[in-house]
Amino acid sequence: MLKFLSLRLTTSLIALAGVMVIVFFLARLTGSPATLYLPADASVEMMEAFNRQFGYDQPIPQQFAQFVGNVFRLDFGQSLYQQRPAAVAVLSAMPQTILLAAVAMALTLLAAIPLGTVAALHPHSVQDRLITLFSLLTASIPDFWFALVGVLVLSVNLGLLPTSGQASLLSWILPVATLMLHPVGVLTQVVRGAMLETLNAGYVQNARARGYSWKRLAFRHALRNAALPIITVAGDRAGGMVNGAVIVSAVFAWPGIGQVLVDAVYNRDFAVIQAGVFVVGIAVILLNFLVDLIYAAADPRIRIS
Amino acid sequence: MYLTQPIPASPASTGARIKAYFAQTRLSLLVRSPIALISALVLIALVLIALIGAPLALETANFQSLRLRFFPPFSLEHGWIYVLGADGLGRSMLAQLIVGARTSFIVAGAAVGLAAVVGTSIGMISGFVGGWVDAALMRVSDIIVTVPSLLLALAVLFVLEPSIFNLVAVLAVSRLPIYLRVARAQTLELRERVFVEASRAIGATNLRIIWRDIRPLVLPTVMTVSMLELASVMLAAAGLSFLGVGLQRPDVDWGTIVSEGREYLTRAWWATVFPGMAIVITALAANFLSNWLRASGDPLQAGALAAATARQEDALK
Repeated sequence: MLKFLSLRLTTSLIALAGVMVIVFFLARLTGSPATLYLPADASVEMMEAFNRQFGYDQPIPQQFAQFVGNVFRLDFGQSLYQQRPAAVAVLSAMPQTILLAAVAMALTLLAAIPLGTVAALHPHSVQDRLITLFSLLTASIPDFWFALVGVLVLSVNLGLLPTSGQASLLSWILPVATLMLHPVGVLTQVVRGAMLETLNAGYVQNARARGYSWKRLAFRHALRNAALPIITVAGDRAGGMVNGAVIVSAVFAWPGIGQVLVDAVYNRDFAVIQAGVFVVGIAVILLNFLVDLIYAAADPRIRIS
Repeated sequence: MYLTQPIPASPASTGARIKAYFAQTRLSLLVRSPIALISALVLIALVLIALIGAPLALETANFQSLRLRFFPPFSLEHGWIYVLGADGLGRSMLAQLIVGARTSFIVAGAAVGLAAVVGTSIGMISGFVGGWVDAALMRVSDIIVTVPSLLLALAVLFVLEPSIFNLVAVLAVSRLPIYLRVARAQTLELRERVFVEASRAIGATNLRIIWRDIRPLVLPTVMTVSMLELASVMLAAAGLSFLGVGLQRPDVDWGTIVSEGREYLTRAWWATVFPGMAIVITALAANFLSNWLRASGDPLQAGALAAATARQEDALK
């Protein structure tokens, strides 16, 4: 188990290093950021001063070495838009996003597990078809459009919910629903598939023959054995919630990593983009690590091997 | 021995042969599944409208009129082209949707096609060759999976200029790993089979074995995955355009129209709702079709599907 975890951690870190290298060279592809940050009519002297100040007059290999050294010190440079270190700007936005994603993922599991189980208990029934229809529908709705229509109907027309901000509990409803939209359909289908398989397994049929109720069978016996694929996909989707967070911030002005990244894109703040890719990458690696630990808790066979 | 025997000429008529062809392929099953059939027809109709209609509607889509600003939908006062209303610049929503349809289909289709061809090729080679090549390629795939797709796309499109080509390239790269993994997993299993050994025994090269023996068997799965991906890639492309890093005027796709309509959401709901509905209808049709493809592709489930449709027909009689 320990060997497996350390191997996973090493490969993930190599992957992250690869991404950072790609981001670095992409940034250099466009030439000096001076043309981005300085006004169009900036003089040659101003450009040279800018390049000297930020080290862009150095040869590329030297710049790369500098960049790698800085990454290890968590120094991604200054955010030109926020006037503070990029790493601080990104890290201070993480808690809100993690909280939002955690709430959304918890509610997603609370919805997907019963729905998927009901579908698996009555395969090809009306309930099953309706639940599959629900999954296909959630997979077909763009999340940004769902958020906008939610604002239009619930906030503008009916006046039930606030359009933005996070003052009251009500203002959480639409952002959480937007984040849940795609994961809930996928997870329902995963639960259904995994439960179908375990419900047909010999030990469940045996327990059924001994007179256990389906409810007890499904939630006591089958669910625990169906847990592994559910955990895998839930972990995967939790990482993907960064995508949703970007949309949520763009529609609801929700503070968090999404807001920081969207601002960085609009203000061409490359230091923050680099820091954001790094911090989110680390967060995803930690999440995968957590998923592996949950695996071990759910399945004793993994703990031993 | 079998190869040397002449194939007996079929005495059946053309009509019977077409019938036999239908029965052999999944087309016969498709015709018997109403939802899948409707989805396929909807998709074909949308593609035709996009390809044929877009050049015709282009001029109307860019025609601005102050008089028609926020012209409400479901009124034929200014002709059928304004039946879905007009946006903040007085441009016909319907014409814009048709023009946007072409871009949305081209972007999604090209991205899925590119990812499928490249991903499947790499996956088959990776699985067949094995060793360090396989290990290295799988790590590259891990790199792509580690970073959330939208973040990668934001970072790349932030640096590169927004254009159809860049959007397609970014979407294709972020979708590569799925095909790579599917093709690799199947190749790992297939390369141990007897027919591969037989090919090798008669001196076929690795590339020939991959092309002639493995590719035909991997292809159906890849097709199913591609159909499933079509919907999600279309959603992803629209999301990037919505965020302002996908396409920009004069290029326009459904995501761009939503983001423009958003500016006057409270004033003209139709400018936001209709382009989104176009995405939902297309994605839903693609998802229904891929759901059906998956069910009919799996022999166990296909049997169940055939039995279910047969039952339905019995009930109708």
